Amino acid sequence: MLMNVLHFVISIWVPLVCALIIVAVLPLVAGYIVLMERKVMADMQARLGPMRVGPHGLLQPIADALKLLIKEDIIPDEADKAIFWFAPLISVTAAMLAMSALAIGPWFQIADLNVGLLFVVGISALGIFGIVLGGWSSNSHYSLLGALRSAAQLVSYETAAGMAIVGGLLLAGTLSTREIIQAQNDYGVWFAIAAPVGFFVYLVASIAETNRAPFDLPEAESELVAGYMTEYSGFRWALYFLAEYTNMVVVASIATTLFLGGWLRPFAGTPAFNFLDYLPSVLMLGIGGYCFYRAPKQPVKVQSLFMVAVGLLMILAAIILAAPLIPAVSNLLPGLKPGLHGAFWFLLKVGLYIYLFMWLRFTFPRYRFDQLMRLGWQFLIPLSIVNVMGIGLALVLHRHWGWGHLPAFGLTTLLTLAVAAWLGWAEEKKDKVHVFVGET
Amino acid sequence: MLDHIVFYFFAALAVVSAILVVTRRNVVQSAIFLITALLATAGIFLQLHAEFLFIVQVILYAGGIMVLFVFVIMLINMDVSLHQVQFNRQWWLGLLLALVLGAEFTVAIAIGRSHLSFGEPAPASALEPSTQLVGKVLFSEYMLPFEIASILLLVAMIGAVVMAKKKI
Amino acid sequence: MPDERIPFATHADQTVLGADEIILNMGPQHPSTHGVLRVKLRLDGEKVIGSECVIGYLHRGVEKIAEHRTYTQFAPYVDRMDYVAAVSNGLGYCEAVEKLLGAEAPPRARVIRTILTEMQRIASHLFWLGTHALDIGALTPLFYCLREREEILKIFEKYCGARLTTHAFRIGGLQYEAYDELEKDVERFCTPFDKRVDEYESLLTENRIWVGRTKGVGILTAKEAIDYGASGPVLRASGVKWDIRKAMPYAAYDQYKFEIPTGKNGDTYDRYIVRMEEMRQSRLICLQAIENIPAGPIMGKVGKVLKPPPGEVYHSIEAPKGELGYYIISDGTTQPYRVRIRPPSLINLEAFDKMIRGHLVADVVAIIGTLDIVLGEVDR
Repeated sequence: MLMNVLHFVISIWVPLVCALIIVAVLPLVAGYIVLMERKVMADMQARLGPMRVGPHGLLQPIADALKLLIKEDIIPDEADKAIFWFAPLISVTAAMLAMSALAIGPWFQIADLNVGLLFVVGISALGIFGIVLGGWSSNSHYSLLGALRSAAQLVSYETAAGMAIVGGLLLAGTLSTREIIQAQNDYGVWFAIAAPVGFFVYLVASIAETNRAPFDLPEAESELVAGYMTEYSGFRWALYFLAEYTNMVVVASIATTLFLGGWLRPFAGTPAFNFLDYLPSVLMLGIGGYCFYRAPKQPVKVQSLFMVAVGLLMILAAIILAAPLIPAVSNLLPGLKPGLHGAFWFLLKVGLYIYLFMWLRFTFPRYRFDQLMRLGWQFLIPLSIVNVMGIGLALVLHRHWGWGHLPAFGLTTLLTLAVAAWLGWAEEKKDKVHVFVGET
Repeated sequence: MLDHIVFYFFAALAVVSAILVVTRRNVVQSAIFLITALLATAGIFLQLHAEFLFIVQVILYAGGIMVLFVFVIMLINMDVSLHQVQFNRQWWLGLLLALVLGAEFTVAIAIGRSHLSFGEPAPASALEPSTQLVGKVLFSEYMLPFEIASILLLVAMIGAVVMAKKKI
Repeated sequence: MPDERIPFATHADQTVLGADEIILNMGPQHPSTHGVLRVKLRLDGEKVIGSECVIGYLHRGVEKIAEHRTYTQFAPYVDRMDYVAAVSNGLGYCEAVEKLLGAEAPPRARVIRTILTEMQRIASHLFWLGTHALDIGALTPLFYCLREREEILKIFEKYCGARLTTHAFRIGGLQYEAYDELEKDVERFCTPFDKRVDEYESLLTENRIWVGRTKGVGILTAKEAIDYGASGPVLRASGVKWDIRKAMPYAAYDQYKFEIPTGKNGDTYDRYIVRMEEMRQSRLICLQAIENIPAGPIMGKVGKVLKPPPGEVYHSIEAPKGELGYYIISDGTTQPYRVRIRPPSLINLEAFDKMIRGHLVADVVAIIGTLDIVLGEVDR
């Protein structure tokens, strides 16, 4: 009996630790993604961003979190208090729960579900309830309208995202996250290259899923309503914000797993590219070297010391990442290399995807709501359906008729692009006629 | 043993939520408890290792149909019905019928108990991954019902669009 | 022509399916109304079927104040009207009073006035572009535009000591001599400016989202524009080639070659294109002007105490927002009898109701932005 319990405890300690890390670390990570966004925004706008709180603004998220925690908790008068209290929790829970099926490296996964990817998509769809209930319980006409608009947008783009995922799943043949990455390893090429249109559709749909610009009308400040978050103040608002950024991480992780090879290094199967194994350490060394180079040029002594400390940290990271490449160490701990390097590549890809989100946010203006819905329903959904059919065609060509990979997928990509061009042209033509002109 | 704990947890959750659905005054709270009941049922599916059913229950029921319910509830003005007088004059008839039905069930189970036998449930690992099973069967043996269901949904969508649009 | 404006008191006879129409109030405090403007909208769902602008929240009685100040004392007040383009306001007023006095500013003063006014036009359009793009959702052009505008404001500060409410000109000419590096500073600003405008255009002009948000939005035909009395870029984007700098030249504009950009459709996109091109033309004017600033006095022959003969004058200039006019009645004393200011923003704002009908609520901010109103001028 004791052995049973012990066995049981050991078999669940890994998922428990992973879960604990996610619940404890993810809010902090989300806070630092916010800081990263502010710095990237500042960089693109020719300014510096937060610099005062902590060296180079690094303590800013902590200051913001503290401020939000001690703010007065305002609940609107006629609001339904129970639901008002509950709604942000739904959003956050759904977002964090969705992280549980994703594998950040071969070592780090809470549950390798059979239906892993479908689980992530379905659970993050439950976050819609958080938005709708939050908008309704605020007892404000405009919050409700904003929440319903946001939810309608989410539902529309979920279909397109789902069909794009189906396109990738056709290539993978399985829903489990680990096996999808294994399939990309076997294919030798990432699914983003085999199905680029699907990847593009997923990219656009995921931006709309997370309510980011250019699809952020429901929560834009210069529009009439500030959306479902209007009446939420203090920490409740922080929970919604946390849910939004966690959703971004989830969506980036799905894209990385399905389209960008997960924890595989570029050209994972080709021995000729083995020198890429040194890339993580070289990158860390590069960043460390840059920190040392900039350290003397800082205006304030504290910032110089800080830069030196970061440089040393980067060198430490480089050493840790280079350790598995030494044969002695890798013989001792064979799982070290895939674990560390896998996690590094995964996080790098997720980071680049999120950087792309931010880049697009600061470049493009906002879509109006009807244009947004039109784009989702009349362009993305037909395109993603055609994409699924195209990939099916490519697989038939490859498996049954013996065509090579490149001709089969190249042909179907071209066909799908042709359909996309036609859809885009048709939409433009309709756009010119689509002018509301009042009574003249 | 863990199986039993998980099962009883989800089952209790489902039953309590179901009772709360019909006893709440506030319509939105009823909807929320319905969502909880559906999710608890999904949990039971998961515990039975029917993962595909679990996630389909979450996506379709909780994530699709209930979202629709919640939309409609929020767009319609519920104040009117809340202020209507609720009357309950034939409660004795309902109680009588419930007792009669309960008595019938009890007698039927008591008499036939010895004839009931449950076989040994197959260990969950004996099944292939359920997604593939469902997929194979759905697209080969049950193709016709599947297509008919799709056309039914299509007709419903077109009908909704026609009714809602102001001009075609 | 039947009055198309539906007063707010009537019931909803224009909505479909008997659905209720909402009255939405974009209150005086709103991030996108560019000041304290209150807009009451009548909505059928998302579509706007009527609107009413309530103004007056920034009314300070400037015209009444003018009756109790001398001509010289009143000059700083006009800067506070269109506070984004203060130099133009000053130019209009000084030239109007000079007309009343029968005096003329010397050529050197006129050329320097032209340079500063054109720089102010660029600054005003830059500010307009940044805020308009911000309202529509593009977060980045604002900072680039402000970066450029900062250079212009530095030039103003070096010249007259103030960045915003400059009071740069005096009646009869200028008070301050152009500082030594004025020409160099202006050239240093103008030379890379064309590429900067290309940068802004690369972000917006061909952008599908920008085009989708601005094309076909807020159309004002040429006839409607003339009927409403619109002026400035609003008028020119509707296809009417009318610019006071060419039609009735003032300051030194008749010496320089520049084009008048016009649009075709009179929608928001055309107004955007017209203003971008105007920035380029202003830069050309500045470059031409600094090549040849005539030497000479900077102050004309006006006395210390200004007592214009009784009479009235109307003088208008092409301010960045449109035709800014001053109608001054003098009764022979040192204080004007009446100063009436024709505010281009207010007259352009009259066309708002026409432009917003039939559009969605999300277009309201786009149309308010494209009219380029400054509430200081609307309310005075």
